[in-house]
Amino acid sequence: MLDKALTGSKRYWTLVFILLSLIGAGTLAYLYQFKNGLGVTGMSRDVSWGFYISQFTFLVGVAASAVMLVIPYYLHNYKKFGKIVILGEFLAVGAVTMCLLFIVVDMGQPMRMLNVILHPTPNSILFWDATVLNGYLFLNIVIGWATLHAEKKGLPPAGWVKPLIYLSIPWAVSIHTVTAFLYAGLPGRHFWLTAIMAARFLASAFAAGPALLIILALIVRKYSKFDAGNEAIQSIGKIVAYAMTANVFFIILELFTAFYSQIPGHMHAFQYLFVGLEGHSKLVPLMWTSAILAVVALVMLIPPSIRNKESNLVVACVAVFISLWIDKGFGLVIGGFVPNPFDGVTEYWPTLPETLITLGVWATGFLVLTILYKVAISVREELGTAGAEK
Amino acid sequence: MSIDRRKFLKLAGLAGVGLGLSTSDLLFKGDAVASSSHSKAMAKERLAMVIDMRKFRTEEDYKRVIDACHSIHNVPTLIAEKNNPKNEVKWIWKDSYEHTFPDQSDDFHPEALKEKSFLLLCNHCDNPPCVRVCPTKATFKREDGLVIQDPHRCIGCRFCMAGCPYGSRSFNWVDPRLYLEKTDPAYPTRTMGVVEKCTFCVERLAKGLGPACAEQSNGGMVFGNLSDPNSEVRKLLASNYAIRRKPSLGTLPSVFYIIGGDENAG
Amino acid sequence: MYNGGKIIAGLIIFFGLVTFPFYSNFGKTANKVTPKLDTPVINQLEKKECVKPKEYMRTEHMKVLDEWRDEVVREGKRDKMIVGGIEIEKSLQNGCLKCHSNVKTFCDVCHTSSGVKPYCWDCHFIKEEGLL
Repeated sequence: MLDKALTGSKRYWTLVFILLSLIGAGTLAYLYQFKNGLGVTGMSRDVSWGFYISQFTFLVGVAASAVMLVIPYYLHNYKKFGKIVILGEFLAVGAVTMCLLFIVVDMGQPMRMLNVILHPTPNSILFWDATVLNGYLFLNIVIGWATLHAEKKGLPPAGWVKPLIYLSIPWAVSIHTVTAFLYAGLPGRHFWLTAIMAARFLASAFAAGPALLIILALIVRKYSKFDAGNEAIQSIGKIVAYAMTANVFFIILELFTAFYSQIPGHMHAFQYLFVGLEGHSKLVPLMWTSAILAVVALVMLIPPSIRNKESNLVVACVAVFISLWIDKGFGLVIGGFVPNPFDGVTEYWPTLPETLITLGVWATGFLVLTILYKVAISVREELGTAGAEK
Repeated sequence: MSIDRRKFLKLAGLAGVGLGLSTSDLLFKGDAVASSSHSKAMAKERLAMVIDMRKFRTEEDYKRVIDACHSIHNVPTLIAEKNNPKNEVKWIWKDSYEHTFPDQSDDFHPEALKEKSFLLLCNHCDNPPCVRVCPTKATFKREDGLVIQDPHRCIGCRFCMAGCPYGSRSFNWVDPRLYLEKTDPAYPTRTMGVVEKCTFCVERLAKGLGPACAEQSNGGMVFGNLSDPNSEVRKLLASNYAIRRKPSLGTLPSVFYIIGGDENAG
Repeated sequence: MYNGGKIIAGLIIFFGLVTFPFYSNFGKTANKVTPKLDTPVINQLEKKECVKPKEYMRTEHMKVLDEWRDEVVREGKRDKMIVGGIEIEKSLQNGCLKCHSNVKTFCDVCHTSSGVKPYCWDCHFIKEEGLL
């Protein structure tokens, strides 16, 4: 089936070429970082994780969100998701690829990566994270490929695929729970030390991932014969609406605990992010952008009358995605390092090489996604099942 | 040499470190413990340090101790000045009371205390979060209580730096060899991309010496076995009010601070 | 098979490229290099010996070092050894290099000719030759 990715329109090849150029630029930047050390990034002794790990955290959520299509389709037999579920599974593959790359580019000694397997350490959450992420990647490649292959031959998926699909459901929840546990179990980092972290992670994941999927599905519809169907898109819109509401609710719970208890350690990170702390306020404009976009998204998502109009839904999904990308793909990780263990503030901002590497990783993920989507679309176009069901 | 130096030697001698005797049998028993659990009953040996801040009065008192450590361990002290302060590497350093004890600082403390500098280093916690989070056992706790970083094993993920509530760990963001004032050929440097920190001078303990900082502290830093009720650290803790950094986190630091009262004003 | 000829031709070219190092070196003997043992400490040894027999050390010294580093750093087993009449620490920098103080003409000659770059020297060094 992969041969389908080798033939395509001029537009397809232009996209591939753009992504390859970004990957090339990212690779050069990575070689520079590899030679000169992670000192070329904005990270520091105090803010020891930056853009890479926060992007990783955000993308684990995007990957996990495939489960929001798998559950209705496979557990509740919701047929309308029949066509789009493959897009969700392949999005998960692209997202996990990015996650793994972000971990690698963040490592000080990437050549020693296999130490995690050679010296397995069950008491480390990072050990479990590496395990579940690789497992999830494997599950989604196998499930997506096997179901598409069967579809191509006009057959139902092989019997062994079903158990894997069921397994992928708790597995998706586990990848994001374990990722939350990376943060939620560290003494002395008040911003992260919260029992609601995993729940918040899942809520934001189930909003950001499906929001991205709606955008992708509409792009795919515009440029190919593949139509996921209006009803499917609207159903996913509903999922985004509920998940985003839950996410904002969870953030309000955090704010209440911090500011009603008035415990300084619990308030400081929020103060730093939204009003600045001790004169440091680099992230304030970003965080307010995130907050305002979250409100705009909710206003557009909650009333069905607004959400049902597709043009509105797209705007809302873009707002959700950017809002959560800032909140989780930046603020959450950086905010956790402020204040530092000495009650001081060290600020962080990504450098040029760091940004190029990040872009390169995103481009790699999107190249994987482009190729997988191209295959899926071509198969259906050939079968004549790409159009919307009547 | 001060009486404390002799006490170190005595302690080390008691631990079986002497001429013709293997250093390994008693001081370093068995395999490294990478488990995060800590038993209620105190281990037979738990090496700890009591820092008597009353004995640190002049800039020179701090500098001597810090230089002693950094020079024999090839700590790249020039990074902050010649590269970028954000990439700093340090094993032992000084900071204000407010920064050392953020949860215990108070506007109404004596001025002298507020202005005083404190020495910070790895706490060699009895329940170390860094050990718990390390995915490769590069950081582990020995049976004598020392928390050690194995730079050969470290993959540079920096989870331990997020896990440490005391900011005791440094990552080699740049090539440390470019920022050494001078090198001590008896100790290796580190390489780019690994984490490092204070080791309580494990290599000196093996030779029957005490930590280098303590040796230069004129009795301001006392090192010994917390599990031995007759050790000097225990005697100091029994007769003085000493505090530890961030006790509420349950990490059980092995570094204690005798803050002192008015005499700090001197 | 579609394009069978092209695929097979492609495979042959690929195979030819990846096996280049093997056939380009085939039949050649490795550069013969002799590590120098002429150092002040070695010259004064009562008996010319190493911690293990010479033949073993020639091929397996990296394993010895690997075991040592785990024993010393992780297990605290630092027992000293008597070799050639002198006391040797279980250490690359303070043990091996005490006798073999000629890293360039002892270690590097072989490493260079066999194309290996051990990262030992990223951290370990010797006073005589400075940071390598």
